Amino acid sequence: MTKTQTTTILINPITRLEGHGKIDIFLNDAGDVENAYFQVPELRGFEEFCRGRPVEELARITTRICGVCPGAHHMASSKALDAVFHVDPPPAAKKLRELFYCAHMIHSHIAHFYALAAPDFVLGPQSDPAMRNVLGVIATVGRELGESVIRHRAYAQDIQALIGGKATHPVCGLPGGMSKAINEEERKSIQDMAESTLEFAKFSLKLFHDVVLMNKEYVDIVLGDVYTMQSYYMGLVDQNNKVNFYEGDIRVVDPVGLEFARFKPAEYLDHIQEHVESWTYLKFPYLKNVGWRGLVEGDDSGVFRVAPLARLNVADGMATPLAQEAYEAMFSTLGGKPVHATLANHWARLVELMYAAERLLELATDAEITSPDVRAIPTATPDEGVGVVEAPRGTLFHHYKTDSDGLVTDLNLIVATVNNHAAICMSIKKAAQALIKKKTVSEGLLNMVEMAFRAYDPCFGCATHALPGQMPLTVLIRDKSGEILQKVER
Amino acid sequence: MDKLKFAIYWAASCGGCDVAILDINEKILDVAEIADIVLWPIALDFKYKDVEALPDGSVDVCLFNGAVRNSEQEELAKLLRAKSKAMVAFGACACFGGIPSLGNVSDREHIFRRVYQETASTANPDTVYPRTVTEVPEGRLELPEFFDTVKSLAQVIPVEYFIPGCPPPPDLIVTVVNAIATGQLPPPGAVIAPDKALCDECERERSEDKTVKEFRRPWQFIADKEKCFLEQGLVCAGPGTRAGCGSRCIKANMPCRGCFGPPPGVSDQGAKLLSAMASLADSEDPTEMAAIIGGIKDPLGTFYRFGMANSTLGRVKL
Amino acid sequence: MNEEYEPTIIGFLCRWCSYLGADLAGTSRMHYPANLIPIRVMCSGRVDPTFVMRALADGADGVLIAGCHPGDCHYQCGNYRAAGRYSLLCDMLEQFGVEKERVRLEWISAAEGEKFASVVTEMTNDIRRLGPLKWNGNGAKADSPALEE
Repeated sequence: MTKTQTTTILINPITRLEGHGKIDIFLNDAGDVENAYFQVPELRGFEEFCRGRPVEELARITTRICGVCPGAHHMASSKALDAVFHVDPPPAAKKLRELFYCAHMIHSHIAHFYALAAPDFVLGPQSDPAMRNVLGVIATVGRELGESVIRHRAYAQDIQALIGGKATHPVCGLPGGMSKAINEEERKSIQDMAESTLEFAKFSLKLFHDVVLMNKEYVDIVLGDVYTMQSYYMGLVDQNNKVNFYEGDIRVVDPVGLEFARFKPAEYLDHIQEHVESWTYLKFPYLKNVGWRGLVEGDDSGVFRVAPLARLNVADGMATPLAQEAYEAMFSTLGGKPVHATLANHWARLVELMYAAERLLELATDAEITSPDVRAIPTATPDEGVGVVEAPRGTLFHHYKTDSDGLVTDLNLIVATVNNHAAICMSIKKAAQALIKKKTVSEGLLNMVEMAFRAYDPCFGCATHALPGQMPLTVLIRDKSGEILQKVER
Repeated sequence: MDKLKFAIYWAASCGGCDVAILDINEKILDVAEIADIVLWPIALDFKYKDVEALPDGSVDVCLFNGAVRNSEQEELAKLLRAKSKAMVAFGACACFGGIPSLGNVSDREHIFRRVYQETASTANPDTVYPRTVTEVPEGRLELPEFFDTVKSLAQVIPVEYFIPGCPPPPDLIVTVVNAIATGQLPPPGAVIAPDKALCDECERERSEDKTVKEFRRPWQFIADKEKCFLEQGLVCAGPGTRAGCGSRCIKANMPCRGCFGPPPGVSDQGAKLLSAMASLADSEDPTEMAAIIGGIKDPLGTFYRFGMANSTLGRVKL
Repeated sequence: MNEEYEPTIIGFLCRWCSYLGADLAGTSRMHYPANLIPIRVMCSGRVDPTFVMRALADGADGVLIAGCHPGDCHYQCGNYRAAGRYSLLCDMLEQFGVEKERVRLEWISAAEGEKFASVVTEMTNDIRRLGPLKWNGNGAKADSPALEE
C-alpha cells in the first residue's frame, strides 16, 4: 500500500468538551483534506473493574464515568438494579427519580447551550476568539443574563442535591426505589425553583430565535451542507411516542424518518453492536441489523445518532404544551422531519430544556411527590438486568449480571456519547474537507471544524468562564519530512 | 498587582472536579479577578503546545484532578510540575487514585480483553485492540500507552497540597481559592480539609453500644434516618474517612464510602476501615464470628473504593 | 519451587501468651526452621491489618499472628478482635491474590512451645512450596507524604 503524500494538522487536545480527544487532519498534495481522524486517547475500564463489586454499589461507582452527567448514570444504574432484583419501585419513587432527573437534564443543557453554543452564534463562528466565549455573550446581551444562567444552573444542581445528596455523584438510587423521600419544605423550594426555570427556558428559546433564527447567515450555516449528515436516529419514547428522558421504549428511525426498530431495554443486544479500531480507545456502536460499513453515510450504513436532535427526530412530539409548540416551530422552520442538520442539536436542546422545565414543575406539584413510600424491598434472587435512560448526550445503557449473592459477574455499558462516535468522526471529516482547501488554514476555520464536534457533545463549560484575553491556538503544518511549512497562531 | 496564573488539568478523571469548580457559582468571577487561567481543556482553548511554551515555574498554582493511568497523563503531570510553583492534587483521584484506581484489580491485558472483546455488545471478530501506533493510508496515528497500574498524582511527581473529595465540595474550593489569594496556604504537604474523622461532624445519633450481630446491605431494608449506620449493621466508612464533606451522602440516608480519604495519621485507609468494621462484629465464637464477617461483601472494593492506588499493596497481584 | 529461596515470615506474637510460648520452644531446645522473625506485641488485638500489609509489601513471604486462646486474653476481648479482623483480612487478601497459607492466625499459650514450633515448621514448608511473594515488584507503594503519620 503506497501512502499518499500528506501533511498533518494536529489539534491536541480538543477543548471545550467533556473528555479527552484530538484531531489529526491529513492534507494531500493539493492542500485539500485527504482524511481527518478523531482519536480518543483515554480509557478507564469500568466494564472490567466493576466486576466483583456488590451490584447495588454500581449506582455509586458508575456515576464516576462522567462528572457532568452522573445523574444519568445514577438513574440508568438504579433502573438496571430494579431489573436485576426483579423489583418494581413504588409510583412515588419513580416520580421522585424523574423529578431528580429533570433537574439533571436542565443543569446539563443550560451549561452546554450557554457556554458552548451561544458564543459561536452570539459572537459568530469566526469572530475574535478573545470575545468568543460567555463573557463576550454577556457583554453583548447583558450581565443580567450571565447571572440568570448561573442562578438557574445552580437551581438545577440544588434540586438534585436535595433529592440525591449531591448533584455530582448522587447516592439516592437503590434497587426498588430511593434512599429517602422529600418533605413539604423541600418540595416547595423545588417548586419555586422550577417556576423560575420555566421562565428561563422560555427566555432561552426566545434568545435563540432572536440571535440565530433572525440571522440569515447563521441559518445558512445551520442548514448548509458542511454540517449536514444523513443517518439513523435513536431515542427513548413513551407510549404515545413522545420524548421521555427517564422511561420508555427505544425507537430507531431511518434517514427518511420511518420507524426502523422499536424495542425494550432488555432487548438492546438484538439491535446494537460495537466496532473496534486500533487508532482510538473508544468503540463505535452501530445498528446490528443494518451492519457496519465504516464511517460512511447511506441507508446500508449502521451509523446512528442520539441526543437532542435525534430524540426529536425519533419522537412524534413532546409531552408538555410549551415544548410541543417549540418542537413544531423547529420542524416547520427547518423543513420537516427528520432534520439532518447537526447544528440543529442546539435548537433541539432548548426544546428539551423547555420540556424538562415543564415536567419538573408538573412533578414538583404532583400530589404524590412527598409520599414517604419510596422503596420496595427486593425479595427475589438477583441475576441480570438492563436499565436505559436518555442521558443529555444520548441513549445510555447499563447491563449487569450477578451471582446469586448479588455480586457483579459481568456488565456492559453503552454510554450516550459513544453512540455518536462514528457520526462525530464523520462530521469532523466532512467539515474539515469542506472548510480547509489549498492548505489555507485559519484559526476561524479550525473553530468551525470544532463546531462540528461541539454540537454533539455538551461540554458543560463554564457559565461565566472569565476568559482573560487570548484563546491561543498554534497550528504547525509540517510536510512529510517534518519541515514546518506554515505556522498559524491566534 | 499582577494576576496569579492558574492551570487546571484533568487526567484519568470524570470531569466532576471541573464541574465542582463551576459549582462555586458566581464566586468564579472572584477567581477571574485574581487569576488568569492558562490551561483548562474543558472550558478554554489552550493546547498542550501552549503549556510547553510557558516558562518554567511561571504558573502559580496547578489544580490537577484525575489519576494517572496512561503515558499522556504522566507526561502532562511532569510538564505541569515543571511549569508550576505549586501542584495541588485536586479531588480523590489525584489524591488517592479514586474510582479509576479500582482498575488496579486488573491490568491492561485483561481490561482490553474485556472492553474490546468480551463485553456483550462488542463485535470484534478480528481481535483488534487499540495500539500506540497505527499506520493509516494517509499517515500515522498515535495513542498514549495504557499502563497496567493506576497511580495517584504524588506517586508520579512531588505535590504540595491535597484537596480531597469526590468531588471536593464548593465551599472547600472557595476556602482554598481564598487561601491562595491571600497567601495563607498551610505549609506544603498539607491536606486542605479538617483534621478529624467524619464521625466527628456526622449528626446522626449514636450510642456507646457499637456491636453488630449481622451486617446488612443497603437494599435489604429501609435505614433509619437518624441513627448511626454502623448501629444498623451497615458498613459505613465514616470512622476511617476525613471530615469536611458536609456529610451529604449520609444526609441522603446512604452510608459514607470514604471519598475524602483517610483521616490524619492514617496511611492506609482500607486497612484501617477493615479493622474498624471487623471490630464491630460481636461474637466469642469463631464460627459465629466468621458468619458475621461474611456479611461484609467485597472488602477490597469497599474499603479501598477511592484509595486503591495509595493502598499498601497498591494493586492486585499481576 | 526455588531450592535457594528461604521464606521470610514475620510473626506478631502476643506478649502474654504466644511470645512466651515461643520462648519456651527456645529454652526447650526444640528444632524448627529459623524463618520466622518475631515481633512482640501487647496483644493479638494490637495487630493492625496495616502491619500485615506492610510486612507483605516490604518483602515478607508470610505473616503469623499469634495470641492467647479465646477466653484467656489478658485484656478480655483483644483476641476476639483479632479473630474478626483476621477473618475479614483473609477475604481481602484473597482478592489481592495473596494465597491464604501466607497469613495465619493461631492461638498459642505460654505453655505451648511445641505448638509454636510445629506452626512455624508447617508455615515455612507451605510458604516455601508456594514460592517467594516478591510483592515489591508489583506496583506503586503508598508513600504519599501528606497522608503519613
